[in-house]
Amino acid sequence: MKMKHFFASSATALLLAATPLLAAGTHPETGEALSDNQTFTYRMMDQFPTIDPALNEEAEGHKVIRDIFEGLIIQDDQGNLIPGVATEWSSPDGNKTWVFKLRPEAKWSNGEPVTAQDFVYAWRRAADPDTASPYSWYVELSQIENAGAIVAGDADPETLGVKALDDHTLEVTLETPLPYFPAMTTYATFAPVPQKVVEEFGSEWTKPENIVSNGAYKLTELVPNEYNTRVKSDTYWNADETIIETVTGIVINDDNTALTRYKAGEMDYDEPLPAGQYPALLAEMPDQAHSVPRLCSYYYAINFRDSANPALSDVRVRKALSYAVDRDIIVDQVLKGGQTAAYNFAHEKTAGFEMPTIDYGTWTQADRDAKAKELMTEAGYGEGGEPLELKLIYNTSEAHKAIATVLAQMWKQKLGVNVTMENMEWQTYLEVRKEGNFDVARSAWCGDYNEASTFLDLVTTTHGSNDGKYSNARVDELMAASKTSMDPQAAYTEVEQILADEMAIIPIYHYSNAFLLSADIKGWPYDNVEQNWYSKDLYRVAE
Amino acid sequence: MLNYTLRRIAIAIPTLLILVAITFLLMEAAPGSPFATERGVPAAVLANLEAKYGLDRPLIQRMGIYIWNIVAHGDFGESYRLKDRTVNDLIAQGFPVTLVYGGIAFVVAVVVGVSLGVTAAVRQNTRLDYAAVGITIGAQVLPNFVMGPILILVFTLWLGWLPGGGWQGGQWQYIIMPVIALSTSYMASIARITRASMLETLNSNFIRTARAKGLPMRRVVMYHALKPALMPVLSYLGPAFVGMITGSVVVDLIFSTGGIGLFFVNAALARDYGLMLGLTVLLGALTVVFNLVVDLLYAWIDPRIRY
Amino acid sequence: MALALGRKPIGLDIAPVAGRSLWQDARTRFLRNRAATASLVVLVLVGLFAAFGQFLAASPPDYVDFGLLGQVKEQGAPSLTNGHWFGLDEQARDLYARVVQGTRISLMVGIVGALVAVVVGTLYGATSGYVGGRVDNVMMRIVDILKSIPYMFVLILLLMVFGRSIFMLFLGIGMISWLDMARIARGQTLSLKNKEFVEAAVATGVKPLTIILRHIVPNLLGVVVVYATILVPEMIIYESFVSFLGLGVQEPNTSWGALISDGTGTMQYGTIWQLLFPLFFFVVTLFAFFFVGDGLRDALDPKDR
Repeated sequence: MKMKHFFASSATALLLAATPLLAAGTHPETGEALSDNQTFTYRMMDQFPTIDPALNEEAEGHKVIRDIFEGLIIQDDQGNLIPGVATEWSSPDGNKTWVFKLRPEAKWSNGEPVTAQDFVYAWRRAADPDTASPYSWYVELSQIENAGAIVAGDADPETLGVKALDDHTLEVTLETPLPYFPAMTTYATFAPVPQKVVEEFGSEWTKPENIVSNGAYKLTELVPNEYNTRVKSDTYWNADETIIETVTGIVINDDNTALTRYKAGEMDYDEPLPAGQYPALLAEMPDQAHSVPRLCSYYYAINFRDSANPALSDVRVRKALSYAVDRDIIVDQVLKGGQTAAYNFAHEKTAGFEMPTIDYGTWTQADRDAKAKELMTEAGYGEGGEPLELKLIYNTSEAHKAIATVLAQMWKQKLGVNVTMENMEWQTYLEVRKEGNFDVARSAWCGDYNEASTFLDLVTTTHGSNDGKYSNARVDELMAASKTSMDPQAAYTEVEQILADEMAIIPIYHYSNAFLLSADIKGWPYDNVEQNWYSKDLYRVAE
Repeated sequence: MLNYTLRRIAIAIPTLLILVAITFLLMEAAPGSPFATERGVPAAVLANLEAKYGLDRPLIQRMGIYIWNIVAHGDFGESYRLKDRTVNDLIAQGFPVTLVYGGIAFVVAVVVGVSLGVTAAVRQNTRLDYAAVGITIGAQVLPNFVMGPILILVFTLWLGWLPGGGWQGGQWQYIIMPVIALSTSYMASIARITRASMLETLNSNFIRTARAKGLPMRRVVMYHALKPALMPVLSYLGPAFVGMITGSVVVDLIFSTGGIGLFFVNAALARDYGLMLGLTVLLGALTVVFNLVVDLLYAWIDPRIRY
Repeated sequence: MALALGRKPIGLDIAPVAGRSLWQDARTRFLRNRAATASLVVLVLVGLFAAFGQFLAASPPDYVDFGLLGQVKEQGAPSLTNGHWFGLDEQARDLYARVVQGTRISLMVGIVGALVAVVVGTLYGATSGYVGGRVDNVMMRIVDILKSIPYMFVLILLLMVFGRSIFMLFLGIGMISWLDMARIARGQTLSLKNKEFVEAAVATGVKPLTIILRHIVPNLLGVVVVYATILVPEMIIYESFVSFLGLGVQEPNTSWGALISDGTGTMQYGTIWQLLFPLFFFVVTLFAFFFVGDGLRDALDPKDR
């Protein structure tokens, strides 16, 4: 992440703020005629567990939190950082201390000003073990002083390295320099929360009748498993430029039903689409179907534990398994949603990341298959050798099932490997995966922030999601060093190369986000690879 | 009768206790922690979570506390997953929804089913009878998870008459499809049972006598045959009711109605023990009450039954 | 279900009188019912399909045809020329082979589930009714209590706790359904208990367990058979529901429920055969079971002639 980017984009944002007030009926910048109906309805796959910024841990809740709470920094339609509550930020000492200047006009929905103390309170609360946030590790990951000790219960939350120098200046002290710290503050965990309200209502403070928030919208209705509604907040500092008046999220579990209801005109945004349907939808509604890169990687974890199939400790077997996977078939024939075949781990569109050329990625599939068979025979398994039985686990989902089915057949037809598939629901799957009761496990990782280390850290020995227990001292060393390096790309290239040489995981594809969006909704951040959309940036044009 | 009622209520208490015990045991044995996340939760946080929900106590004590809170405070505890809400909140939200569409579906199933069954029986071996029998068997075996999406396809996408899902406080246009999807198979069962038992009744001696006396068919059916013919239907109502509650899972999933069926499945999948227990107890209590009502009705209709 | 049967005491065949037994009577009556007879033929055919259908399949049920993967809509329709009689499923597997496999598993779940329910229920009910008194009271109260448990929910829990397997499905579904059987069996036993042949057995000092197994249970057979034919389709419907929730058998195994659920998902996308073939087998089989059940009930119930 390059520093000059931040300031360039914050300057643009300041310019924007200075443009004249929105003329009735037309968009202030583009001059497009606006529709009288400024509503936006989108589909939620599932009811989010919470909209308490400190407790949130998943994407569906984050969508609401982004609308109703504004953090220090937000993202623009490219995913660049732009000022939220903070107008400027800098580090006087090489990324170890960060100072944020807050805008004085930022207000809570009860009219009180948003101050630096609100952030201090929110961040301490997120780290406090008494809050028991499942996302407290994120505070720790951000390297804020004492965060680790506080989360572990060894230090008082008051000792967290964050200080209000005055009402509008926030100072953060990190344990180690972190160039991408500002990017991390865009996530929900670092949003401010109103201390008085939280203390008054306890766990019920996020109910629509109690909540006080500082974002462009305020929550007015929340019916679990049915819908939620948020309406434009007049106290938001930039309310004049907020065009969409009402945002509604409706829960539809089933992808097919959601698609039917989208076609019936019941919503403006539907994601995810049923597996394999994107091309047909694109042909049917070219102005509404979109597919954009999304910052997640899909891979199969290989179990390196002694309890797993011993064949997997042979690098030739691991390579054979990986080579035999025809990623193009999975991407083009099964998923068909604009995903890209992957031979490395970090997503190709990660900011500032240059995807290294992985050797076997450049071969033809026929070459890979031939090589795979050769390696397998050399290792003494498969056809003509010892039979190889693998246990594959995946969590319940149509797409995971389709991929596992096809992949198991590739191994069976090409290498004579017998695969037992086990599908389980998410919580069980997590436990089985953690305990290592598998040979290969379907896995995916989405970037917590837009930087390659969010992916590559996962293959270090101590990472909480390294459930294959892959361990390589050189990888650990490189990733540790990359944290403080001004140019970590060399380290990333080497790590990816090691992963391919040792076949630590089987990369399958890099995600895309295929979705349907009403043609009259504009302002969508197609180029934001984290797909963080803010309702305040959207608008509906007149037809 | 009063004695019997009291005895049945007395049995309800151990029933619910056993239900709570079974659920507790299964939850204890289930793999997967409600607090597991992909990243792994730090030990300190996990300890705090377990303390917060009282999971650090022994099983028996937890059960005791749970039951006491329900009995003494009417408090079903906290949902582990939906962190902003208590179980009482969620039940208050979802249960009326299920009750409304479930209740309507139940009434529809009984009224239409009985009418259809009686008509088919009275016109035995006519085309009408064959049509009724064919339709009811067809309706009975078409799974509602197939019918639901077809209804949405037809009424929402093609005809544009009804919204494809949601509840919106129970406006009529949101209720129609859930009711159809839920009631059809029970309606068909009831029709079949009614037809069979009506035929049997119509062949019995007292009906033959009534007919012989020259009473019109309509009168015979309404005043003499209907009541005894409905006995088997009555005993089917208990299972039908339980089945409808189960069926609400499918309805909630397909029509996004926000009833307790989906709450339960989600809770079970996410290991949200708090919510799962609350719903199991609620449904258990409901089943007990409903079975009791059915049995009392039975006794009321057929005075020969003694308890 | 009021069934009056067992007029002829099976335990006391004294003289070899050449008469028509209850069962012969029943068979004649059953065969006279055309719908029931036709349904029985259908069931036999479905059974044969499940047992031998795989020999006519173009490929094994888990074989993915990579040449057609991704073009199922265009090239995967049912066809006589390429041997995919029922077309392909979404993963380009032969749907015919999968329907055969699904039929096998669904029938197995239905029959084994019903068997579990019937065996447990009959023994429990017969014991309860025969022993009587306080034991009977306690045993029946237990049934009352178990009947009040929302079983589908418990089944969902069971499948999660013990993992998904066909065995768990058998057991879980069977456990739900033995309660009604127990009640029916008890009622019948009560009326059999005071019959002369039982009293004779008691007088000659036969042990209670032997009496239950040798004299009571055989006389319950009629009710049991009728009840079982009602249970089998019910079990199959339960299984389909469980499959719809994603808790059914593991891939690459499949069942009617799983196939129908998948087919419903893709019905709008031009691959309607993926729904129609499994649904056809499902519906036809359940129809047949209902008719056979009705036929058996009429045949075994002597008062309705």
